[in-house]
Amino acid sequence: MIVHIPSPLLSYTEQVTPVEISGGTLREIVQALDGRYPGFAFRVLDEQGGIREHIRFFRETTPETDLGASLGGAREVHIICALSGG
Amino acid sequence: MSPNASKSTAARKPRARKGAVELLIATRKGAFRLKSDPERKEWRLRGPWMLGQIIQHVVLDPRDRKTMLLAARPGHLGPSLFRSTDKGKTWVEASSPPAFPKVKGKKGQPGRVVRTNFWLCPGHASEPGVWYAGTSPPALFRSEDGGDTWKSVKGFNDHKDYAKWTRPEDPAPPDGATLHSITVDPNDARHLFVGVSVGGVFESEDAGKSWAPLNLGCAMDFYPGEDHEYGHDPHCFAQHPVDPSRLWQQNHCGLYRMDRAAGDRWIRVGDHMPKAIGDIGFPIVLHPRDPDTAWVFPMDGTSVWPRVSPGGKPAVYRTKDAGESWQRQDRGFPGSQGWWTVKRQCMAQDGHEKLGLYLGTTSGEIWASRDDGARWRCIARHLPHVYAVEVAGVVQ
Repeated sequence: MIVHIPSPLLSYTEQVTPVEISGGTLREIVQALDGRYPGFAFRVLDEQGGIREHIRFFRETTPETDLGASLGGAREVHIICALSGG
Repeated sequence: MSPNASKSTAARKPRARKGAVELLIATRKGAFRLKSDPERKEWRLRGPWMLGQIIQHVVLDPRDRKTMLLAARPGHLGPSLFRSTDKGKTWVEASSPPAFPKVKGKKGQPGRVVRTNFWLCPGHASEPGVWYAGTSPPALFRSEDGGDTWKSVKGFNDHKDYAKWTRPEDPAPPDGATLHSITVDPNDARHLFVGVSVGGVFESEDAGKSWAPLNLGCAMDFYPGEDHEYGHDPHCFAQHPVDPSRLWQQNHCGLYRMDRAAGDRWIRVGDHMPKAIGDIGFPIVLHPRDPDTAWVFPMDGTSVWPRVSPGGKPAVYRTKDAGESWQRQDRGFPGSQGWWTVKRQCMAQDGHEKLGLYLGTTSGEIWASRDDGARWRCIARHLPHVYAVEVAGVVQ
């Protein structure tokens, strides 16, 4: 899977985006990213496993909020940082 | 009277510090450091560290004088802690930052989530490596490895009265309700205090296993009735290092002192402030060697609570008689149109013989006095909104 990393998380991926990683669900992808880049998961998911307030996941161009949903035949995942205010 | 009152005997008076001073400044857009020459006349600003990140607190460990912890939260991501063991040259993220235990609750009842690491406190001198962190929602966490891994202090966070003592789902006051003012008794590593927004001051005498409220005598103008056991809103709590039986707090509803030998009841020493100024504010700073001397920065708590310098005329107020009288200190501050807000972690002292005092404003200025508050001058401006000012290596 090709995963596009937003700028606030590039310090974890040594400024690399996109990255290629295995996973059939968003949860598996985040876990795999955390394995490769320790600390990554806690910045996008909270300690209860929920998606952080200003984080959005897209499967191809479709928003996905179910971390356990199958990503099917998708080839790309986008992690987006959505923020309001200054 | 608390049993602890009897054992809070006078501690050894710390020697006055000398030489250059370094300030660690946390802001809404990164952290900065201000270093002085040995006379504290000239200051040099360095930084930022972590530009753009919301930095709530930066603290240098006074025990080893090289370990630094920094509480960060980028606008987009979850909160975390960073550590430096080379005085800030390099930073490494904590491998297990403060987080509540995962709960497999019923649907719609998820467990608690740390939104912000708000307050960092080194542990007792006899416990190197121990740190405490206070968070929003209000909770206490402890590290025993210099801030790398953190565990929930269950005695407070899972206390049977936690839901009564805290407002975990209430985002107010501005930036959320927090656990702050973590204080370790210099005479007893097991004796702890914390302050909780709209909760009160709480005390533990067994290293955090059990807790009790310590609020009698404090006003709660926002709640009907009198002499409530908890629900108060301490803004900043402090225990005097030389006389640990003397406690102070700047509360949402006034300025207070407690002497444990006289009973566990707060006395509103803010009643001795000028009526036109009032006794509302956020920070309180204690003289490190004189238990009778303290400084506050009053802010307007009238009408809709503007919480800026009354009349647009910034001033510090000092007492030298344990709050029985207060003297205005404003030499060097703007004489008009100075609408400053100084948050609870934004006032500090440096331990020198002629005490250096420092304050940071939400409008991004740092002001300093090197003569016990008599004269002030601006030593940095144009910074982002200041969240905390710490003197490196000095416990406030």
